[in-house]
Amino acid sequence: MSNEEKVQAKVEVPMITFKVDGQTVSVPKTLPHPVTGKPEPISIIQACALAGVNIPHLCYHPKLPVAGNCRMCLIEYGMPVLDRERKPVLNPDGSPQIRRIPRQAIACATPVTPGMEVYTQTEGVVRARKSVLEFLALNHPLDCPICDKAGECKLQEYVHQYGQETSHFFETKLEKPKKKAISSKIVLDNERCILCTRCVRFTDSVAKNPALGILNRGALNTISNYPGTEFEHNYTLNTVDICPVGALTSRDFRFQMRTWFLSETPSICPNCATGCNILIHSLKGHIYRLTPRENDAVNSCWMCDSGRLNYKWVNDSRRLSNVLWSEAGRRDEIDWETAISKISAALKSSSKGSTAILVSARQSTEEIFLVSKLAKLLEAQTDSLPRIGEGDFLLLNPDMNPNSKAIEIFGLASATPGANVSKIAKAIESGAIRNLIAIGENPVEMGIEPGLLSRLDLFVVCDILGNKSTLEAQYLLPGASFAEKQGTFINAKGRVQRFGKAFDPMGEARPEYWILSSLLSALTDKLWPKTPEEIFNMMAAELPAFNGMTWAKLGTAGMNLLSTTNTTEK
Amino acid sequence: MTLWERLYLPTIIGGFAVSIKHFFRKKITMRYPEEKWTLPPGYRGIPYLVKDQHGRVKCVSCQLCEFICPPKAIKVTPPGPVDNPQVGSVEKQPREFEINMTRCIFCGYCQEVCPEEAIFLMDDYSMCKHSREEMILNMEKLLELGGVREDRLMKWKNKHNPQRS
Repeated sequence: MSNEEKVQAKVEVPMITFKVDGQTVSVPKTLPHPVTGKPEPISIIQACALAGVNIPHLCYHPKLPVAGNCRMCLIEYGMPVLDRERKPVLNPDGSPQIRRIPRQAIACATPVTPGMEVYTQTEGVVRARKSVLEFLALNHPLDCPICDKAGECKLQEYVHQYGQETSHFFETKLEKPKKKAISSKIVLDNERCILCTRCVRFTDSVAKNPALGILNRGALNTISNYPGTEFEHNYTLNTVDICPVGALTSRDFRFQMRTWFLSETPSICPNCATGCNILIHSLKGHIYRLTPRENDAVNSCWMCDSGRLNYKWVNDSRRLSNVLWSEAGRRDEIDWETAISKISAALKSSSKGSTAILVSARQSTEEIFLVSKLAKLLEAQTDSLPRIGEGDFLLLNPDMNPNSKAIEIFGLASATPGANVSKIAKAIESGAIRNLIAIGENPVEMGIEPGLLSRLDLFVVCDILGNKSTLEAQYLLPGASFAEKQGTFINAKGRVQRFGKAFDPMGEARPEYWILSSLLSALTDKLWPKTPEEIFNMMAAELPAFNGMTWAKLGTAGMNLLSTTNTTEK
Repeated sequence: MTLWERLYLPTIIGGFAVSIKHFFRKKITMRYPEEKWTLPPGYRGIPYLVKDQHGRVKCVSCQLCEFICPPKAIKVTPPGPVDNPQVGSVEKQPREFEINMTRCIFCGYCQEVCPEEAIFLMDDYSMCKHSREEMILNMEKLLELGGVREDRLMKWKNKHNPQRS
């Protein structure tokens, strides 16, 4: 959206009044087009959604251009009668006379006009819905028992709600290819497809990769990639989400679990600094899939495939699940209380400034805040590893850390993040630094040799997956992944967003905020807050950039930081 | 009590009369387990899985029985994305299907909810094992015990194009 259009969008839009099912509603005359952002007359379906009246629809999607081909949103409406002077004709009781339009219209492509009356529950509408559903289901297979969409399928819901019980169709159903590989990540079932073209419109106008289209004619109509083009980009799996039936299914989720068993937890994608709002679909401590959650301030309704498919590590066999303490070549399991008291004793006995802390920008804001407190207490040197990948035009940010902003706000990385590591390595070599704490970072990978690490008096690693550094660690503290704890991430644009806990951490593992808060309590002999909510509220009260935010105020949509420039000074 | 009642003798004789009457009646006990009941139609015994007349496992692992099961006795492991050419247009078969018979309450909801007519509560009612593990019936065992039921609809059969993929 250019600046000019932004200004246009801010201009006050005149309101119009219309009636839906007898209820008088005022709605803006125009709404911005979902793709181009230009103001367009408000359609009946949009106006009714604003009025809280739900009109069933299949091909219409609020974030896509209107196609109007499924005919599911048929409604009846009436217009005020005008006389020769274009003045409304009044009834004897003074109300404007309304003339019903004799045939139904599709609500998604009919604009609202002042004084219009919309009827969504009349006998004609009910009959129209029944007939439309009968047509859509004519050749639709009775696949529901094996269909991955069953349970969240729009067609299934509408047939149940508005459809008729019996079919007039006694001929054999058309048989079409059922397992067509339309891309490397998606399988197309042609029989289930109702040709709503949501996927076609998505690839055209949102993903800007017009690879899909409708081929052939009549009963042989099929969704396909055009010959010579490939339906391969980083946003293909969004078409699986928006498919109203089970025609497009994700290979990754295919036949893994029925949708009604999965519980949805609102969360934030931890794979880049965009911070897309997501839902974690999980069952019994196992993530089955991630899907985007609508947030117009961040990701609209979409998320990238690379983020969506990067969750398998949460249930990986390399996950750390025990607190380990190694001394003189032996490694023993110990409990948390002993580990915390031993580490705090070692830190207390060492002199100030002899500690270095490496903290990952993948940790939650609360944890980074606690690390900054710990660093201040120990006068420690700190750094964090930048992870730079490839960004793109839509959502993917080149910064692959979800919380670089928090590291920046608390000043835990050097001016160019990662530059301090070589200084820390030298200081370990010279003996100036005797203790090293790594939280979510891998010092070996960052360039501190295992030989150097063995010279340390204290080497604590808190991580999720096993790596070269966890093998060297004196104290190995298993942490929790993003799905196993609550917290907040601050995205590249400074939006603070909360993520929720889907299930308990694996084995003995505990969330890092708990570990840090326990360590701080042991070091300072006063109690530090132990829940993300308390830590967040403490942090927000301390920093003016958080602009009076509280955990409760953040809600599920998040809030923006006051300004990102004056926060770095603090 | 009257004198007649205090005599006891008439009551004892009355008792003997009842016993002797039953002595000559038809026996209502049976020599279980050598002899067994003939079960009424619709009897709800142990649930088993069945195959159709062509030897196809009828269960498509839709997991509705797992969902409906009040004591959570059924555990279905969905197949995941395996391309098994044997299953044809069904596309899906459970990888594992377990019924924990220590939990089952013989309510018959699984049979009622099954959209594929793949699970039936049959005539077996006696289930005596030595351990809890043995009380968990796996798919192999359930299919073996369930046997074959004729499928008159053959919903998944390809009518025109057997090569359809």
